[in-house]
Amino acid sequence: MSLKKYKEVIFKPLIEENPITLQILGICSALAVTNNLSVTMVMCIALTTVVSFSNLFISLIRNYIPSSIRIIVQMTIIASLVIVVDELLKAYSYETSKKLSVFVGLIITNCIVMGRAEAFAMKEKPLLSFFDGLGNGLGYSIILIGVATIRELFGSGTLFGYEILPLVSNGGWYMGNNLLLLPPSSFIIIGLFIWAIRAYRPAQVEEDDFTVSKHSTAPDLTKRELNV
Amino acid sequence: MNDSVTKTLGVAFVICLVCSLVVSFAAVNLRDLQKENATNNQSIKILQAAKIYDSSVDVKIQFSKLEMKYVDFNSGKILDSYENFVIEDYDQLKSTRNPNLSTSLSASEDIAIIKNRENVGKFFIVRNEDSSIDKLILPIRGYGLWGTLYGYMAIEEDFNTVAGLEFYDHKETPGLGAEVDNPKWKAMWPGKKIYENDEVKLAVMKGKVETDDANIDYKVDGLSGATLTSRGVTNMISYWFGESGYAKLFKELSYES
Repeated sequence: MSLKKYKEVIFKPLIEENPITLQILGICSALAVTNNLSVTMVMCIALTTVVSFSNLFISLIRNYIPSSIRIIVQMTIIASLVIVVDELLKAYSYETSKKLSVFVGLIITNCIVMGRAEAFAMKEKPLLSFFDGLGNGLGYSIILIGVATIRELFGSGTLFGYEILPLVSNGGWYMGNNLLLLPPSSFIIIGLFIWAIRAYRPAQVEEDDFTVSKHSTAPDLTKRELNV
Repeated sequence: MNDSVTKTLGVAFVICLVCSLVVSFAAVNLRDLQKENATNNQSIKILQAAKIYDSSVDVKIQFSKLEMKYVDFNSGKILDSYENFVIEDYDQLKSTRNPNLSTSLSASEDIAIIKNRENVGKFFIVRNEDSSIDKLILPIRGYGLWGTLYGYMAIEEDFNTVAGLEFYDHKETPGLGAEVDNPKWKAMWPGKKIYENDEVKLAVMKGKVETDDANIDYKVDGLSGATLTSRGVTNMISYWFGESGYAKLFKELSYES
């Protein structure tokens, strides 16, 4: 396998084929864990680890998986990896694991992991699959870190817990934006990211599913006549 | 062929076996470390309640300086031993599930909505160098909005002045009720008084307390947007510092000293 292919699977998912902004996968955790950068970082590492290794292991046994229980086998492997990561976090990063609570467990249902397993690892060689997982994990991380930076900086005036913009309530001058502390704000920020990326790369813009008819204020005579 | 019944069953079996081995290996190997994390976390909260936690010193050393005692809630007496329990491992919340070790509270008594009260609780004493009591750290709990809040309240040697309050577990709304964890709100507690003429008067108010309020020592600012959590904290204090809580213990300790 040429080096070019490895480069492609790692770098393409960063912007060009980003799992969040192009495929709109893994949104749930992007909303839930992004109000604090340090928690977000741990979540990103956890997800990247899981998606890389699940791709590796699934690709290793891809030729032995019966197609009738394909999804179940993938889920079993993913779930086991997630439990191991969760246990590791509880043992070595107790405070963060308490903050992440249920969201580490929910990596199991993160569509990115399953999507890469099904779309890539089932067909490609193990090492290449591993790097594909890594690339997609990093793509997910870039967006999450971007969202978390905006939310933490403008929501609570801190980055990694260090004060950057002193809040009015702590005697400073910055009035924190409370909307940014709530999950819906990530929707707006991710939406803006998608807009920016698609403005930069118009190839990502999807075709309209339908066209909106022209607005008109003229009375619809045909209908009125029918009513009479 | 991959799709024969035997192959399918075989692959399913092998995958399950390997995965369960990996998961159980991780769980068993990390259990001790996780347990230690959980106890340390608890110890830190206990020390923080009394404002004596020093992050530069090992938690276990600091925690070992605390004196642990049992208290019989029915009589207020301090016990040195209780049944066959080892005091370090005694979990009073477990006792509430055992009808022999707990008392079911009637609705009128149960203002903090804790349902079953253990007969014997565990509390911590911080002593001065001359071995007189400096502070007491008392476990308290009560219902907020979504669930029970569990915490510790530390009081000074006059058994009336609050030294600190810390919650270690609750299910309150982040940003509203969960502000019970906000350091700024917690900083309002030290110095507040609990009793006036043997009646519990300390309460969390609605809104801010005026600085010229005559009873400012008995009032703490409410958590904005979290009336029910604030009320829960008030009830918790009324209950635990009332007659069926620690009030008898304080009398007992006053006789002693």
